[in-house]
Amino acid sequence: MNTEINISKACEKANHVCDKSQYKEASILEKIKLTIHLAFCRACRNYSKNNKKLSVTIEKAKVDCMHKDEKDALKENLTQAIKEHQN
Amino acid sequence: MPKHLIDPNKWIDLYSDYLFNYTISRVNDRDLSKDLVQDTFFAGLKSMKNFKGEASERTWLISILKRKIIDYYRKINSNKGKAEVRMSYNSDVETEGDWLEERVADPFDKNAESVIENEELGDAIYSCLDKLPAKQATIFKMKTIEGIDTETICNELNITASNLWVIIHRARTTMASCMEKNWF
Repeated sequence: MNTEINISKACEKANHVCDKSQYKEASILEKIKLTIHLAFCRACRNYSKNNKKLSVTIEKAKVDCMHKDEKDALKENLTQAIKEHQN
Repeated sequence: MPKHLIDPNKWIDLYSDYLFNYTISRVNDRDLSKDLVQDTFFAGLKSMKNFKGEASERTWLISILKRKIIDYYRKINSNKGKAEVRMSYNSDVETEGDWLEERVADPFDKNAESVIENEELGDAIYSCLDKLPAKQATIFKMKTIEGIDTETICNELNITASNLWVIIHRARTTMASCMEKNWF
C-alpha cells in the first residue's frame, strides 16, 4: 500500500518536471532525476513523449494570439461600436 | 427559432485569438491582422440581423473574415498591377522577356504545401484549445503561445505557482489527446 502511494507520488513529480522542462524551467538536477525515473516507468515515458510532441507541434505551427493590451484596445473599439449600433 | 444566438459583447473573449491566428497565418503581418479582425467584428455587428442562426457564430465570423482577407489581397494586387515592370538584367536570349519572378529560385525550406499545412495545423490547435475550459485555455495560451514567464502570470491572475502548474498539466494532457485524435 505504502509503496503504491510512493510510486504515484514519484510519477506526479516526474510529470511536473516534464511539464516544466517544456518551458525550459527545470533545473539540471530535476532533469537528471526525470531521466532516471523515465528509465523504469513506462507510463511516464509515454506522457513525456506526448508532451514533447505537443510542444514541437505548437512550435512548428507558429501559432500566434493577441496580447492582452491589444485585446483591450479592440474591446474598447467594439464596445463603442456596439453602443452606436444600438442608438 | 434559431439554433444559435448572437452576442457581440462576448466576441473578443471567445473568438479574437482564433480569428487573429487565422489571419496572421495568411497575411503575415501583425498590425494588418489586427485591423482585419476588427473590421470583421464591425462588419459582423452591422449585418447582425442577417445572421440566421443556422451556423455557429464562429463559422459566421470566419466567413466574413475570409471575405476581408480576399478583399485585402485583391486590393494589393490591383496596386501591383499598376507598377508592373519588366526587367532584363542579362541579355541571354533564352530568358529574354521572362518575368523577374521566374528567375528567383524558390526558397528551399518553404513550399506552398508546407505553408498550407501550417495554416491547417494552426487551425487544428485552436479548435483543440476551444475544447478546454476557459481558464485553462487562457493560462495555456499565455504560457505556451505568448511565452510569458510563470511569475508574471501568477501575479496577473492571482494564483500560486503550483496552482498554475496543475492547470498547465491538465491543459497539456487534454491538448495532447485532442491533437492525437485530430492531427497526428
